[in-house]
Amino acid sequence: MAEKLLEIKNLKQHFNVGKANEVRAVDDISFDIYRGETLGLVGESGCGKSTTGRSIIRLYDATSGDVFFEGENVHGKKSKKDLKKFNRKMQMIFQDPYASLNPRMKVMDIVAEGIDIHGLAKNAAERKQMVFDLLETVGLNKEHANRYPHEFSGGQRQRLGIARALAVDPDFIIADEPISALDVSIQAQVVNLLKELQEEKGLTYLFIAHDLSMVKYISDRIGVMYFGKLVELAPAEDLYKNPMHPYTQSLLSAIPLPDPDYERNRVRKSYDPAVHNYAEGEDVRMREITPGHFVQCSEREFESLKATSARI
Amino acid sequence: MEKILQVKDLELSFNTFAGEVKAIRGVNFDLYKGETLAIVGESGSGKSVTTKSIMRLLPENSAEFKNGEILFGGRDLTKLSDKEMQKIRGKEIAMIFQDPMTSLNPTMPIGRQLTEPLLKHQKISKAEAKKVAIDLLRLVGMPKPELRMKQYPHQFSGGQRQRIVIAISLACNPQILIADEPTTALDVTIQAQILELMKDLQKKIDTSIIFITHDLGVVANVADRVAVMYGGKIVEIGTVDEIFYNPQHPYTWGLLSSMPSLDAADEKLYAIPGTPPDLLAPPKGDAFALRSEYAMQIDMEQNPPFFKVSDSHYAATWLLHPDAPRVEPPATVIERMKKFPGSRYYEGSRV
Repeated sequence: MAEKLLEIKNLKQHFNVGKANEVRAVDDISFDIYRGETLGLVGESGCGKSTTGRSIIRLYDATSGDVFFEGENVHGKKSKKDLKKFNRKMQMIFQDPYASLNPRMKVMDIVAEGIDIHGLAKNAAERKQMVFDLLETVGLNKEHANRYPHEFSGGQRQRLGIARALAVDPDFIIADEPISALDVSIQAQVVNLLKELQEEKGLTYLFIAHDLSMVKYISDRIGVMYFGKLVELAPAEDLYKNPMHPYTQSLLSAIPLPDPDYERNRVRKSYDPAVHNYAEGEDVRMREITPGHFVQCSEREFESLKATSARI
Repeated sequence: MEKILQVKDLELSFNTFAGEVKAIRGVNFDLYKGETLAIVGESGSGKSVTTKSIMRLLPENSAEFKNGEILFGGRDLTKLSDKEMQKIRGKEIAMIFQDPMTSLNPTMPIGRQLTEPLLKHQKISKAEAKKVAIDLLRLVGMPKPELRMKQYPHQFSGGQRQRIVIAISLACNPQILIADEPTTALDVTIQAQILELMKDLQKKIDTSIIFITHDLGVVANVADRVAVMYGGKIVEIGTVDEIFYNPQHPYTWGLLSSMPSLDAADEKLYAIPGTPPDLLAPPKGDAFALRSEYAMQIDMEQNPPFFKVSDSHYAATWLLHPDAPRVEPPATVIERMKKFPGSRYYEGSRV
C-alpha cells in the first residue's frame, strides 16, 4: 500500500488523571493513515473520536503514546519554529461553526490569519485576492469578506472554517464533523468540494463524523470507536457489507435511509457489551480477520470470526 | 380524515434594516388528526418560520403576517392576542426544539420544568402535578424518575435531555406536536430510540405531529405525508411513498439525488448547484429555476401553480403543464420511480 503519512501508536488521552472522575477518552488506540487517503472515524458522541483528532494535532498533550507525521514525532519536544512548520502541514476543521470563529474578527481576517502567521502573501492586494479565491472555493463570494461571523448561517460558517483550513495549503486535514451542521444539498457540495480538493492537491483527510452514509461515501477506510477504543477498522465497502463487531452492526442498523419501504422493514439491533462475555484478563485486541479488516476481539472470537468470514 | 389544522395562503415577512425579507410566500397545507407531516427543505426555506408562526413564537417587532390564516379549532391563530395564545401554546400545540442542550433551563431542576406547563394549564395541585410529571418521565423511558426529578439538565446526556423535552411537550396531551429537528443534535443510535419513542407515543395519545428535518432518512422513517419547502413556498406535497418513489419537482429530485446511498458505488455525488434564493428580493418565477437544469423560459417569468398528480400529491412545477416537454429525471430518481405503480417508469408485473 501507499506511503504512511501518519502513524498513531498506542495513543492514550486520559483526563483528570489520578482523580476519582478520571476519564479515559482515548484508551490505547493505534492506526496508520496513508498519504492521499481518507480515513473515516465514526462512533457516538463521547466515544473519543473528536479527542483522537485533537490529540493527533496536539491540541491536547497525549497522556502516552506517539503520533508520527512523515516519520517525525508530533508529541516529542519541539521548538516553536518546528511546531509552526508542522502546523502548516496539518489543519483542522472544527465541529461547532458557532464557537470556532472569533466573533470580533471580520471574515477577511479570520481566513487570512494562517496566511499572516506563515507569511504566505507578499502584499495586501495578494492577501485579499487569496481570501477572495478561498471564499469562492468554498461556495461563498467576495462580498462576504467584510462581514462578521454572526451574519452567517451555521452552514456558511462551516464553509469559512474550511476556507481557513485551506488557506495555508496543508497536506493533512482533520475534519471534525464538518458537515453535520449543513443542509443535505449543501453537504453534497462540501463533500464533493473536499473530494475535488483531495484529488487536486493530494490531501489526506481524517474525517470524523456520525453521519455514517456520508462517511462511507467519502472514506477509503473507516474506523469505528466505542468508549475510547477502536473496535473495528476496515475498507469502507467491506465495513458496510460485512460488519463484524456487534457494535458496528448495531450502529449500521440504526441509520435511517431515504427509502420508506426499507424503513418499514428495518430491524434495529442494540449492542450490549456483555455479549462478549470476556474472561478476566483475556487478551482482547485488534486482530486482522480478512486482509485489511481489523476487529477488536479475543482469541476465541477471532477463531469464530475467521471461520464465519471464510464461509462467505 | 379530520382536519385539525389548516394553513391557508400564509405570507409572512421580517422587517429588517436591509428591507423586507419575504420568509413565507404563500404556504397552504392541512394537518390531519393522528398523522405525521414532515416538512423538509434547506435552511432558509421557511420550514422553521412556518411552524414558529403557528406557535406565534416569532419576534413581534419584526415579523409581520402579510396575508392568510392559520385555522385551529375554528380560530385564526394569526389574529389571537398574546393572552389567548398563551392558553394554546404548550397546551393544545406543543413544540420540541432542535437543541436539547439549550431548550431546558440550566438553573431549574427538571421536575419543576415538567410541572410548569401542568400548573399553568390545568387546575391541579402541586402534588398531583408531581405525580403526573413522574409518570411522564416513565413514559419517555427515563429510569428512576422519582430520583431524576430533583436533578438539573447538566446531569443528563443529550438523548435523555431530549426525552425530557418530549415529556414536557406531552405534559398537557397536545393535539398538535411540532418537532423542529428533534434528533439533529443526537447520535444515530439515540436518534433511532427517540424516533421510536415518538412513534409509540403518537399511537398512545393520537396526537398529530409536524416534523421538521432535513434528513431524508428520518423522513422516510417517521412521515405519513411530506411537504417539500423551497424559497418560502411548498413546492411539492404528497404521501411519503409519492414523494420518495414518484417525485415530480426538480428540487425534490435534487434532494433525493444528493444523498449517498449505502450500497451505491463510488460515483460523484449529485450536488444541487448554487445557493438558496435571497428572500429580500425573491425571484419572480419559480424560485428554484436558477439552480435547476430543467428550468424553462416560463420558470423565469411566472410562478408555477400546484399541479395535481394524484388526490394526495401536488407539485408546483411547470414541467407538469400539459404543454411542457417530457424530461428525464436524474438516474437515481428513475430508479426510485421504477418501484412506484402509477409512475411512467414503473416496472412492476403487469397483471
